[in-house]
Amino acid sequence: MASTLRIPITEQDHLAGDLTAKIHLIEYGDYQCPHCGNAYSILKQIQQELGSSLLFVFRNFPLTEVHPFAMQAAIAAEAANLQNRFWEMHDIIYENQSKLSKGGLFNLAKKINLDMDRYKTDIDDENLRTKVEKDFEGGMRSGVNFTPSFFIDGKKFEGGAEDLHQSLKQYSL
Amino acid sequence: MLTAGTPAPDFELYATPDQRVTLSGLKGKNIILAFYPADWSPVCSDQMALYNQMLKYFTDLNAVLLGISVDSKWCHYAFSQSRNLHFPLLADFEPKGDVSKKYGVYNEQEGESERALFVIDKEGVIAWSYLSPAAINPGADGILDALENLKIKQ
Repeated sequence: MASTLRIPITEQDHLAGDLTAKIHLIEYGDYQCPHCGNAYSILKQIQQELGSSLLFVFRNFPLTEVHPFAMQAAIAAEAANLQNRFWEMHDIIYENQSKLSKGGLFNLAKKINLDMDRYKTDIDDENLRTKVEKDFEGGMRSGVNFTPSFFIDGKKFEGGAEDLHQSLKQYSL
Repeated sequence: MLTAGTPAPDFELYATPDQRVTLSGLKGKNIILAFYPADWSPVCSDQMALYNQMLKYFTDLNAVLLGISVDSKWCHYAFSQSRNLHFPLLADFEPKGDVSKKYGVYNEQEGESERALFVIDKEGVIAWSYLSPAAINPGADGILDALENLKIKQ
């Protein structure tokens, strides 16, 4: 199905780059999904190669039935976001994907020096769970069919991170 | 492949090792019939695992999801347990592929069902159908659009 993005990118999204950038790339990802873990380093490379011509957006798509820590990890990153540290938490979770657990997430939050009192309160905030679920719902409506799923300029990209890297090479600096 | 407006052929298939399901017994509910080639495809791209995660949204639209492939009831049982699935997988096992053939979505060469989706309305009429390339998980956007259209029509 030629799926298109139903939820436009806004300032409320997790943005790495500028809304005025030439290419808008969205990942719907799951923190416990091994394919997303592999995609993580490729995406870093893509970001480096495309520089300011790329806007990268991360949205949550936790498959909690097969990945029991996916939701907790997503909430942990959203809690870090409340301290304006989303990307640091996002990155450190993917870099330590094999150590995912409640305690593991706590240690990662500590490692990036989050205000831990605030973090502990925020991870129980129902609004964060709702936010993650909203991401999931939007992804579902947009035709997300596995993790990671990518959208380039609003169109679903059928392929993995390696394929994505190849097809974005033409825009390299 | 059967298309919108066609009455959905009835069937009776095993949903668990000791329980059969009939389509006619589910009248009054919208049905999502998801034919797929085989159990045990890789997990992150697995269509059934994806739909499992979306059950709540299907239920909200008064729909019942049924997965269906030519795998046996015991194979389904193991697969379902391993993936923690909360909806029935029907075994189109004997005669092999009989229901898939009736819906026009049997791949003779592979001896498997195609990857095909049907949304059947409360009266048992096909409201929407979609044939996906076997290698591509079709996601759920088409299903949800079809179910919402049914809701608007009522």
